[in-house]
Amino acid sequence: MKHIKRSCNIMNEIIPFDFTTPSPDDIVRSKQKAAFTRTAFATAPPTVILKVPPKGRQSSKSPEKTINSNDQATNSQLNSDKSESLQKSQTLSNNVKTSLNIDSDKGRIVASNSEDSNLRTGKSDLKTDSGVLTVKSDSKVDTLKLESKTDSFLTPKKDPSLGAIPRSASKAKLLLDPAKMKEEYDKRLAEKDQLNMVVIGHVDAGKSTLMGHLLYQLGEINQRIMHKYEQESKKLGKGSFAFAWVLDETEEERARGVTMDIAQSRFETPKKVITLLDAPGHKDFIPNMITGTAQADVAILVVNATKGEFETGFELGGQTREHAILARSLGVTQLIVAVNKMDTIDWLETRYNDITKKLGQFLKQVGYKENDISFIPCSGLSGVNLTGRIPEPKLESWYKGSTLEEQIDKFKVVTRSIDKPFRLCVGDIFKGMGSGFSVTGRIVTGSVQPGDRLLVLPSGDSVAVKGLAINDVSYPCAFAGDHVTVTITGMDMNNIHVGSMLCDPTSPLKSATRIKAKIVLFNVEIPITKGFMVVFHYQSITEPAVIKRLNSQLNKSTGEVIKNKPKCLVKNMSAVVELEFDRPICLELYKDYKDLGRFMLRYSGHTIAAGLVEEVLKSKSKTDEGVSSSG
Amino acid sequence: MKQVFRNIDKYYAGSVELVPEEPEDMWHAYNLVAVGDTLRSTTIRKVQTESATGSVSVNKVRTTLCIQVETIDFDTQGCVLRVKGRNIQENQYVKMGAYHTLDLELNRKFALGKHEWDSVALDRIDMACDPTQHADLAAVIMQEGLAHVCLITPNMTLLRAKIETTIPRKRKGMCAQHDKGLTKFYDQIIQAVLRHVNFDIVKCVLIASPGFVKDQFAEYMFTMAVKMDWKILTDNKSKFVLVHSSSGFKHSLKDNKSKFVLVHSSSGFKHSLKEVLQDPSLAPKLADTKALTEVKALDEFYQMLMNDADRASYGVKHVEKAVDLQAVEILLISDELFRAQDVQKRKRYIKIVDGVKENGGEVRIFSSLHVSGEQLGQLSGVAAILRFPIHDDDDDSEEEG
Repeated sequence: MKHIKRSCNIMNEIIPFDFTTPSPDDIVRSKQKAAFTRTAFATAPPTVILKVPPKGRQSSKSPEKTINSNDQATNSQLNSDKSESLQKSQTLSNNVKTSLNIDSDKGRIVASNSEDSNLRTGKSDLKTDSGVLTVKSDSKVDTLKLESKTDSFLTPKKDPSLGAIPRSASKAKLLLDPAKMKEEYDKRLAEKDQLNMVVIGHVDAGKSTLMGHLLYQLGEINQRIMHKYEQESKKLGKGSFAFAWVLDETEEERARGVTMDIAQSRFETPKKVITLLDAPGHKDFIPNMITGTAQADVAILVVNATKGEFETGFELGGQTREHAILARSLGVTQLIVAVNKMDTIDWLETRYNDITKKLGQFLKQVGYKENDISFIPCSGLSGVNLTGRIPEPKLESWYKGSTLEEQIDKFKVVTRSIDKPFRLCVGDIFKGMGSGFSVTGRIVTGSVQPGDRLLVLPSGDSVAVKGLAINDVSYPCAFAGDHVTVTITGMDMNNIHVGSMLCDPTSPLKSATRIKAKIVLFNVEIPITKGFMVVFHYQSITEPAVIKRLNSQLNKSTGEVIKNKPKCLVKNMSAVVELEFDRPICLELYKDYKDLGRFMLRYSGHTIAAGLVEEVLKSKSKTDEGVSSSG
Repeated sequence: MKQVFRNIDKYYAGSVELVPEEPEDMWHAYNLVAVGDTLRSTTIRKVQTESATGSVSVNKVRTTLCIQVETIDFDTQGCVLRVKGRNIQENQYVKMGAYHTLDLELNRKFALGKHEWDSVALDRIDMACDPTQHADLAAVIMQEGLAHVCLITPNMTLLRAKIETTIPRKRKGMCAQHDKGLTKFYDQIIQAVLRHVNFDIVKCVLIASPGFVKDQFAEYMFTMAVKMDWKILTDNKSKFVLVHSSSGFKHSLKDNKSKFVLVHSSSGFKHSLKEVLQDPSLAPKLADTKALTEVKALDEFYQMLMNDADRASYGVKHVEKAVDLQAVEILLISDELFRAQDVQKRKRYIKIVDGVKENGGEVRIFSSLHVSGEQLGQLSGVAAILRFPIHDDDDDSEEEG
């Protein structure tokens, strides 16, 4: 206020100060006061506006009413008042918010959030209009639950005067009951389908470029950034990698032109919201590829149509083959084969048919259903047949099918088990903004919301969920299948590792150092005996394991026991074995959780077997490790 | 190891006096000493003396004691052998039958007496006293977030440091944390290398990893070495060996190819050391190290199992059967079997070894400290490649590995 006065003096223009409108300082002060006073909502009279406690504080103590038609009516009333109140630089943020909450799925509220916060700045002015006021408090009680939820998940960079709100909100446990969650989920279902899609294929098949270009064409990447990438990649003499840079972000990856770790992105098609996982193709990074594929529902297999290149990827030891098998073993059933780099072979139809025939046969052999596989000819670099904006007469002359985007849109919806207890496999841990730290991963089963208490295994710590974000946008709850960033507090960051599990404390996962599993061997070069040291890949875990015992050899198709205690296992056999780990691993049986019961075994750079967890056994390690002195 | 004297009669009873010279010899000693043997060595003992007035004084006295062995402990990290037993030769300080624990020390001779020196024990003395077998090397096996620093001597693979950190993944627009995590990880490895690798002894340092981690690490390490003026690293740069097996990696190494050998490994776990040692580009460096021959022998066994399963067998019972039929061409046996406390058990294994030797077969005794030996140990500790196929159908009771 001082400032205002002084400037008035200087200018020698005496304007009578209007004390009826509170100054910005007053607003801030009142906000702060409201934020830091601990008056419960129930005790505070709803009509005293300046003391309206922050919404986040209004705990679940307040009566829980369902949103009814009555409320809708008040909303319309509010809407009619809106123009008037806006004139007075007032905002009916609540009004806006309320209607949003009622009409739309909460998950989708994001877009309106920013608008929301802008509007909110002058909220305390509402006192001038008592009519609006009462209505406001009414609607507030009604929509209390939903509202406070959305509020508490504004991203931290929002209006600083409101900083206190999210924090206090997380303290109050505003848990939705299961029925509400179900409702939320149904709302979600009514919208676009969520799918996790992994992009796999041989090294240099053009996976990153294809996806980078697709993202660009879909408008996910803005022109300016793309231009920057083009310039910079040209400078390095790698102009053709510009689109790959969209997904390959580390310096190392760009310098070498090879994807090394899973890159995650997100885009929308008319009917789907796709979480894109770009897997590395190089054989050294297959562990990373397994991690990514374990989180995916569907896959795009990218093959290089160039002469000789397709063959190297497809022959024994090529990653086209290995990736396709891996994806199938990890539970991916639907597959698009993108025949890439068609421009290098002049869009030859014969070549395309040749490739589709060869691959089609192989994929069927591996176990994909014929109507779950589709083939798309395209070019990642020139962008032909991705979304259909670039015409290519040579292709159009013989190809009448759908574009890549359309084909992605045609993926069948995957059913998710949201009723099962919560399970999340940690894929990454990092320090985020604010308190606590964040972990990312895919929710395998169940659902989660802020305020939940979860158990971290195998460390056994109990943590509180502070926030949820999907693709950097806050959400009030998340369900199975979502790739979510969970901000948690209550434990030391050093005690949680990639591969740790977050789960429902009432039904924790099984922790095992020895398991019995059914495995199917691939094309292995050396036989597997007991004592074989393998690398065990499970979700995002990579752990050394020892095959302790070969229990029985099974008939591949019928599952009957052919031989008990076989001496060794050779290629393409199916068997029951016992595996032992150095330290406990959390896992689930295949019969309980399909997604969590699958694993892969690798040895010296080759994938040797896929397996299913059958039983968790007690460790017998003590007896046989007594002899080794290294212990 | 040096042998001072050997006095073994025609019934194979007698004693041998040895001087261990390096930590590796302790490992040999550990494999020689068995429960029931007599061991004589100098040691320090606390002695209580009571004067005429009744006051008690405690003195430390260096004395030579002879004990009958009861328990044996070996610490792989410090290479210390500790043997506990009862005194069998009374002297002025220690009474007969008193317990004492001998710590065998380097460069101090000890005498070991056995009732029966078997062929395996005698072979081991010969091997330990053979000065030609030396090729010490260090290896850093790594993958992103996990590294093992190992020392490899002819008979031991010693894990010196295991570094495990979580490195945040790359995320959209947030690569800084990933890079920071990576640098921290590399720093930890460098510290481990500086601390554990003695460049006076080590011939070369292998840096092995899948992907580009090794190149990145080597580059980082040497820039840091120059920056921080770590003489020990810059001076010994030529000792760092990074081998490449896949052609795709060569481009980055053009400038200092002569100084580096990068080894390709499929993972950062300790057992991938096996593949590292098999790397063809390393063969001349390693020459005939025991570690390498062991890896090769085990590989041969697996090849045989693949091609003709009946010509390979494992498990004590099966191998014994094969020995009876004079079928064993190469016997692979882990030295941990000979450390069995039970004399009968040990005799059983000795019989297998002698049987194979008699029939002109080859015996390879694996060190259980090597990665390959560890794997053989999991495979019941004994395996054989046979001259002719033996079909064994009724494999029922087999002891657990």
